[in-house]
Amino acid sequence: MRVQVLIRPKQGILDPQGQTVEQALQALGFQGVRDVHVGRLIELDVDDPSRVAEMCERLLANPLIEDYEVLPGEPGTAGARWAA
Amino acid sequence: MKFGVVRFPGSCDEIDALLACRRFGEAQLLWHKERDLGGVDAVVVPGGFSYGDYLRAGAIARFSPLMESVIEFARDGGPVLGICNGFQVLCEAGLLPGALLPNRSLRFVCRQVDVIVENPDTPFTHACQAGDVLSVPVKHTTGRYHAPGIPHEQVVLRYAPGQNPNGAQDDIAGVCNSAGNVLGLMPHPEHAVDPVTGSADGGRLFESVASRPEAAGLAGGAGFGIGLTT
Repeated sequence: MRVQVLIRPKQGILDPQGQTVEQALQALGFQGVRDVHVGRLIELDVDDPSRVAEMCERLLANPLIEDYEVLPGEPGTAGARWAA
Repeated sequence: MKFGVVRFPGSCDEIDALLACRRFGEAQLLWHKERDLGGVDAVVVPGGFSYGDYLRAGAIARFSPLMESVIEFARDGGPVLGICNGFQVLCEAGLLPGALLPNRSLRFVCRQVDVIVENPDTPFTHACQAGDVLSVPVKHTTGRYHAPGIPHEQVVLRYAPGQNPNGAQDDIAGVCNSAGNVLGLMPHPEHAVDPVTGSADGGRLFESVASRPEAAGLAGGAGFGIGLTT
């Protein structure tokens, strides 16, 4: 099964990468852009998707500084989801 | 007194660490694929990189065969010193509290900094006194320490006022575990052991480990534990 893991900086943790992207978007003239955060996407094929949360806890994310979300679906699902 | 210095694929400070250790005792390299620590009395996890630092710095190195043995050694009370990438590995391994985030500036920083000894009651700092200032270099991109609520006793080293190079919480440069036998720090004491490089202050950390009472066989037990439960 195809699974996507979205990893984001935890709320409240300073995210200078997100701030820099936000400033760049504003410099390009995109108004009304706020609270930009940069995370990462990990895609994987797994036999047992019920184990992905454990994979996140042990390796894929650091729960002290990152939140993760496991999404089912084919490649591109996450992008389509946020664009919708 | 024998130090073991870990070598991962990507380590680049292990030779300086080895030479620093040899000023105060014997020292040997430990390869990441081995499990045998070779009977060393203290372990140094050096700086550089490890396994490409893919995912997060130290995240994959933490699961290497050698690190399993280092974790056991630390849990048995053995002194373990993690420098820069080694600090990141020890945090990822759960031997130290907190995590290291990209520098606030998002830039690589490489400069000499002053760090203040906050807790001299550890195996790594007992040759110092509280308030001593050590001049040592930093060189990293991921050094912004983050550990909300860390007890003040576990803050061993702090950047001098105005010298925080990475945005670390409360100017924290180095921390120990609750038992006091594991220290991690972002600055590089192994690059400051000879006055010819501008400072020999970093040598005092290695000297502390080599001269602690346990190393001389004078005392058993926790010795320099800081009186908290593990």
